[in-house]
Amino acid sequence: MNILVCVKQVPDTNEIKIDPETNTLVRDGVPSIVNTFDGYALEAAARIKDNAPDTKIVVLSMGPAQAEAALRECLAIAADKAYLLTDRAFGGSDTLATSYILSQAIRKVEDTEGKFDMIFCGKQAIDGDTAQVGPEIAEHLGYPQVTYALEVQEAAADQLKVLREAEDGKQVVGVGYPCLVTFTKPSFDPRFPTIKRKMAARKAVIEQITAADLADIDLGRAGLKGSPTKVKRTFVPPRKKSGMMITGETPEECAGKLYEALNGAHII
Amino acid sequence: MTTQYNPVTAEVIAELEKVVPGRVVVGADVNPDYSRDEMPIYGTRMPDVSVDALTTEEVAGIVKVCYEHNIPVTTRGAGTGLVGGCTPICGGVVICTTKMNKILSYDLDNFAVTVQPGVLLQDLADDALAHGCMYPPDPGEKLATLGGNVATNASGMRGVKYGATRDYVKAMTVVLPTGEITRFGATVSKTSSGYSLLNLMIGSEGTLGIITELTLKLIPAPKATVSLIVPFEDLSACISTVPKFKMNHFNPQAIEFFEKEILITSEEYLGKQVFPRKVDGSEVGAYLLITFDGDSQDEMDAIVERAAEMLLEEGAMDVLVADTPPKLKDAWAARSSFLEGIEEQTKLLDECDVVVPVNKIPDYVIFADELAKNYDFRLQYFGHAGDGNLHIYTCSNDMEKEEFLRQVDDFMSKLYAKTMELGGQISGEHGIGMGKVKYLAQALGETNMELMRGIKKVFDPKLILNPGKVCYNV
Repeated sequence: MNILVCVKQVPDTNEIKIDPETNTLVRDGVPSIVNTFDGYALEAAARIKDNAPDTKIVVLSMGPAQAEAALRECLAIAADKAYLLTDRAFGGSDTLATSYILSQAIRKVEDTEGKFDMIFCGKQAIDGDTAQVGPEIAEHLGYPQVTYALEVQEAAADQLKVLREAEDGKQVVGVGYPCLVTFTKPSFDPRFPTIKRKMAARKAVIEQITAADLADIDLGRAGLKGSPTKVKRTFVPPRKKSGMMITGETPEECAGKLYEALNGAHII
Repeated sequence: MTTQYNPVTAEVIAELEKVVPGRVVVGADVNPDYSRDEMPIYGTRMPDVSVDALTTEEVAGIVKVCYEHNIPVTTRGAGTGLVGGCTPICGGVVICTTKMNKILSYDLDNFAVTVQPGVLLQDLADDALAHGCMYPPDPGEKLATLGGNVATNASGMRGVKYGATRDYVKAMTVVLPTGEITRFGATVSKTSSGYSLLNLMIGSEGTLGIITELTLKLIPAPKATVSLIVPFEDLSACISTVPKFKMNHFNPQAIEFFEKEILITSEEYLGKQVFPRKVDGSEVGAYLLITFDGDSQDEMDAIVERAAEMLLEEGAMDVLVADTPPKLKDAWAARSSFLEGIEEQTKLLDECDVVVPVNKIPDYVIFADELAKNYDFRLQYFGHAGDGNLHIYTCSNDMEKEEFLRQVDDFMSKLYAKTMELGGQISGEHGIGMGKVKYLAQALGETNMELMRGIKKVFDPKLILNPGKVCYNV
């Protein structure tokens, strides 16, 4: 099997801080990590490789030069090869442009690595939360896609059996190759890197791909210019105040205090 | 050492009301949690009265009333103790310090912070980090109060590098059992100024005085942290590597050991699998979880490479690295949930917290396993391998309580005798409370116990403060 895993480097924070002037993420002082859901996608690939050791896992990330650290972490965990897609022309891409560039890059990586049987992505990045890039890559490539996957149950010769989260339970879906799968949180943690892989990953060569390497790319569909999404405003939603506790000796006393509070606030 | 105490009368309650108007809780209104800590198996009792104190002066006022009327007073924090230390076994008044929860001031020039005793360990740890500092003591229970940590001389995972709570207490304000307010210690780096009353208070489990303010030592926060998860085929191979760390000039912050069985218990509690159970097809028997800290990632990388080389030479099946915030969190979440995991799966539970010389751990664990075969309960254990502190749990879901207690007592007596034979101590960090007094007496002998009782009487002539703990039973 030949698997590509798309990963993104994201700031490790539950509360993304946004610069009010520029409406961009404040990254200073926030450690960067591999997007959590992408880690689950990589683990799913690693589990396929556990059963079929001749499986190859390639990771691909689009981002600035420092995203190399995220790729090295993936190499330490399970990946065999890593590619960084980096170019100023790609800066400011929205999800449509990003997925377009990635789909072009996937074709380019396939020239070297051979055709991928499956492309794994996290369901969404924890910084943007759109959950659009994975499915859009599938559309650009014309691949069938399975979203919200929990785990791969079987990677058979003719199809991939995937357990996915559905609104009212779980589904097992079979999908032919090539396909794209986006992963959500499973019931296990991704594996830890071994020291040997960690040391090898530190020295590994990470292939860089720039716009110039993508012969067929239409740069009009990349970067800020190629992005139809217009961000009107970005803001941190105001925190909801926690509820008010009403305590008292008796239910009557509590009811009385509740009445006073509601009446005082002119709600009743 | 027994005392007849007076009942809490309406007159006493009226006097307490004058000290803390509106906050004297009586009889059935008292929070039932105040009758126990996390080990009710040693006995429970509801206090007659409870008060959530807010200031040193309030604590002093309450104690004064109790002293005058000869009424027992027991102080409690979050009640996370494991030896019945805060159980008001003679009834009377419980003073709860959890509302005295303010971090009062930082003295960053002297790396000190002053807190009220009800501040939770987790809250100080987080706040200190925000000030660029670390409060090193790191007991598993992060929701314990600092007052309780000091009262038991708690230590936890980082003890191997940074020591116990005792090493981080500079000064404290204390209310004596007479109601007098005094202060022990100072914000200095050393002292040679008479008997250390400060150190007598630390680990005295609320029997000598009530801590109402603490000045604690901080250190600059390490800039980089990395943990190693090291699977071994069996416990013996796992533990025998521990002394090699210091010999090879490694100074890890933590070295924890555990067997696969307890890991599975904990992972079931967490609802996810974190650590590998097989390496290259071979079953893992035991694990070491090691943390290093330092000033830079490069320094960490070099240490980890050297340490991994040593561990693999010593027979480790592999060395796994956690050096990103999510991986560090995952690795330690499993370790931190051992006790909760055991508690959830066990109806009857007792524990011991012995500390033995580090190189004696394998002998000790083998002895405990062999000994346990004579009883109907099963054992679960884990421990701070780096400082020889073991937590051994006797667990049963099908025994009758009386029979369980009888068997555990027999088991523990033999286990503690072995502890002393190997040069160990009864408790590494949980304390004596009321659950271990008998074993402490067996271990220390009458001379030492009488010295302790003498100290108790000097501080507390009427024996009203937390009676029946540490050095005598009631």
